[in-house]
Amino acid sequence: MSGSPPPSPSLAANPRLSEWLDFSVDAVVTIRPGKVEYGQGVWTALAQIAAEELDVGLDQVLVAGVSTSSSPDEGVTSGSRSIEDCGGALRQVCAQVRAAFLAETAEKLGVDAAGLGVERGAVRTPGGQAGLTYWSLDEAALLDRAAQLTAAAKSPAQWSVAGRSAPRIDLPDKATGRPRFLHDLVLPGMLFGRVIRPPAPAATLDGVGEADLPAGVVVQVRDGSFLGVIAESDRDAVTAAERLARAARWTVRESLPDEDDLKGFLLSQPTEDQPVVQRPDTEAAARVERTCAAEYTRPFIAHGSMAPSCAIARWDGDQVSVWTHSQGVFPLRGALAHGLGLDPAQVTVRHVEGAGVYGHNASDDAAADAVLLAREVPGRPVRVMWSRPDELSWGPLGPAMLARLSAGLGTGGRIQTWRQDVWSNGFVGRPGIGGEPRLLALSHIAGGTPISAAPDGVPSGAMGATRNAVPAYDIPDLEVTRHRLLTMPLRTSSLRSLGAFLNVFAIESFMDELALAAGADPVGFRLAHLSDPRARRVIEEAAAMSGWAARPREGDRAGGTGFGLAFARYKGTSGYCAAVAEVAADTSISLRRLWLAVDVGRVINPDGVMNQVEGGAIQSASWALRERVRFDRTRITSVTWESYPILRFTEVPEVAVRIVAAPGEPETGAGELAQGPVAGAIGNAVADAVGVRVRDLPLTTEQVTRAIEQS
Amino acid sequence: MATVNIRATVNGAERVIECEPDAPLLDVLRQDLGLSGPRFGCGVGLCGACFVLIGGRARSSCDFPAWAAGGQDITTVEGLLYEGTMHPVQQAVVDEQAAQCGYCTSGMIMSAVALLRANPAPTAAEVRSALDGNLCRCGSHQRIVRAVLRAAAQGTDVQDTGVRQEEAR
Repeated sequence: MSGSPPPSPSLAANPRLSEWLDFSVDAVVTIRPGKVEYGQGVWTALAQIAAEELDVGLDQVLVAGVSTSSSPDEGVTSGSRSIEDCGGALRQVCAQVRAAFLAETAEKLGVDAAGLGVERGAVRTPGGQAGLTYWSLDEAALLDRAAQLTAAAKSPAQWSVAGRSAPRIDLPDKATGRPRFLHDLVLPGMLFGRVIRPPAPAATLDGVGEADLPAGVVVQVRDGSFLGVIAESDRDAVTAAERLARAARWTVRESLPDEDDLKGFLLSQPTEDQPVVQRPDTEAAARVERTCAAEYTRPFIAHGSMAPSCAIARWDGDQVSVWTHSQGVFPLRGALAHGLGLDPAQVTVRHVEGAGVYGHNASDDAAADAVLLAREVPGRPVRVMWSRPDELSWGPLGPAMLARLSAGLGTGGRIQTWRQDVWSNGFVGRPGIGGEPRLLALSHIAGGTPISAAPDGVPSGAMGATRNAVPAYDIPDLEVTRHRLLTMPLRTSSLRSLGAFLNVFAIESFMDELALAAGADPVGFRLAHLSDPRARRVIEEAAAMSGWAARPREGDRAGGTGFGLAFARYKGTSGYCAAVAEVAADTSISLRRLWLAVDVGRVINPDGVMNQVEGGAIQSASWALRERVRFDRTRITSVTWESYPILRFTEVPEVAVRIVAAPGEPETGAGELAQGPVAGAIGNAVADAVGVRVRDLPLTTEQVTRAIEQS
Repeated sequence: MATVNIRATVNGAERVIECEPDAPLLDVLRQDLGLSGPRFGCGVGLCGACFVLIGGRARSSCDFPAWAAGGQDITTVEGLLYEGTMHPVQQAVVDEQAAQCGYCTSGMIMSAVALLRANPAPTAAEVRSALDGNLCRCGSHQRIVRAVLRAAAQGTDVQDTGVRQEEAR
């Protein structure tokens, strides 16, 4: 029940009710989330929460775009926290507003508030409508007050708008091509900028020769190794950028590792080593009868958003306005101000939707590009769009990782000891982190700030490379250690699920290897080490959905078919997910089907959850089966969709998702929890199909063949 | 570079566009004609976000030179609307909630419309094949396949705007 929930951290930071909503438009409630929409459907779910608690129609809720000038500061929209943080804040705020509205109405009417209700924003008395609405009261009196936690929000049993699959409010625009994305925004007098990036991460601009530039070019911009151009049309800007790229002279140095020896790279760099968990149990260690060990790796992975990053900036005197599809307008404002020596009050950052976002991509960098270029043409907005090759090579990457695992089994195949060591670059490299701007252009300008090796947050098992590095299983003797690289030849930062993708792949692959060693069924082996009933339930559900017990086994199945299961509780504290994969291994590996069971606590929009889980599953499958950033010793070479292939329509599996009901539990995010379990399930299915364990991602035909040859 | 006048039919209307002959058709549609439906994704015809119908065939507009568009009948996702009503494929995308970010959606709808004109009752495998040139990064694939099958299941009386425009002429 929702008696006295803990205050949402977002509400604690932004405690005025008026920061979250207003009634300025008749018959419309405008809500102001500090979390942005990027295709995950969160605005629809937030509107449902507000409509539910205020007792207005979902059609009466308008969601205001996020801006540093008018929105509550909720930091970055990341970590699958929007429903918990922003939804939690809106629920409390709206419940309080409704209660205050009823109290004031009751006083006006001289009746007991308990006998009143609200319907589509109008008070309903036992005798009918009283002509009083949210819009007829003094808005300032209603909203200009601090949030309190006294008004109880509704319990899920009372919900009529939340908890149901409301259609996404943004889809009609997207199906009909109406302007909705930042890429569609045209401001009066807008100019078009392009940036000519260095040919390699370690490169210095020596000079720019003569170039025949189109007549529409307004100005060429050079500052250190930052080279850009502004033109009257994007076409002219693109042409000019191509010609300037040919005319530019760079000193290029080799700075990248051997792409075919990522393990060697990870193990040879200086690291900061920190314990994540140290729980020695000498009695358990003494019960070990046999030990197993294995190493698992993932390569660098690109975000690969369908739209190249885009931004618009305009300087008016010493004030600059920025339009961006960044995940965090407030941190971006701080980083821009810091990097340019401005007061944050001089910078206004507005969010406009871009294409799908899966972590810290190049959107913030595009904003910095636009700010630097627009400074040359005061009063004129300048739009900067990146090229596809720049998007795939200059945006931050998800880091390569190595997980080294060992475990000791005792009598009856019980796990007694577990060691896990994780090597990785940091995942926490967003703008402003560690007191650095961490914006690409600001690292290229003369006297700019180089981007240092990304931090990784607290080694807690929930953050950075250690996310899900702590197994959820009942293991007495446990030690987990993080080794964060202190060099960063390729720039890394947050990518969907952070370290969980590799950690869960490693843990769940290893669990199957241990089950094999113990002569146990993978499902039974996991259940024997899991006391959390919610964890057990999703595993049992996924097994039932896939017909696990009756799956074709070696000997009686068509050649090359394999089944695998994997499980994780995201971050160790969030949503539960179990996945089963069916693969066919012939001349290549094809993923036929995925079944997923998830428990994300109470659910605001069931179809929204399913859509996120399906999408996460397919993206994870693409990472696990195909994706690997390619490079030589100087530069990234996977700069097109041919050299960086992702799963296509003819390659994606059928995905079945079931939500395990848990209405009494707090809601958790659903956007990232499938990444690890799907990779683990595919890995286990491949091992089941080919009879050999493949421990290095991606599970391409090449890697599988290599593993077979080495077995 | 000298500009030329390109005469083409865009979403049922005769248009004369002054542009450089080698300008990508996508730029002409977005920048000169103000159509936001076709999207820039890669610039080299590898992702499908910019797909439009050219002579009834779905293909990329980012690598299609403007000079080659002369005399062609071009339809963008905006041109599928008929008197403000969504085309059955567009409606099916909404009904199936078949998108996440939606950036690739209009290109996929164009591929689906071309498919259904040629093959009104495709199998799921045929839908997947027809959409193989359209990339989706959010993982909405199976919902999109469902949407196309849903539009197809409405049967032979599925009217699409291109057909209706031809009838009207």
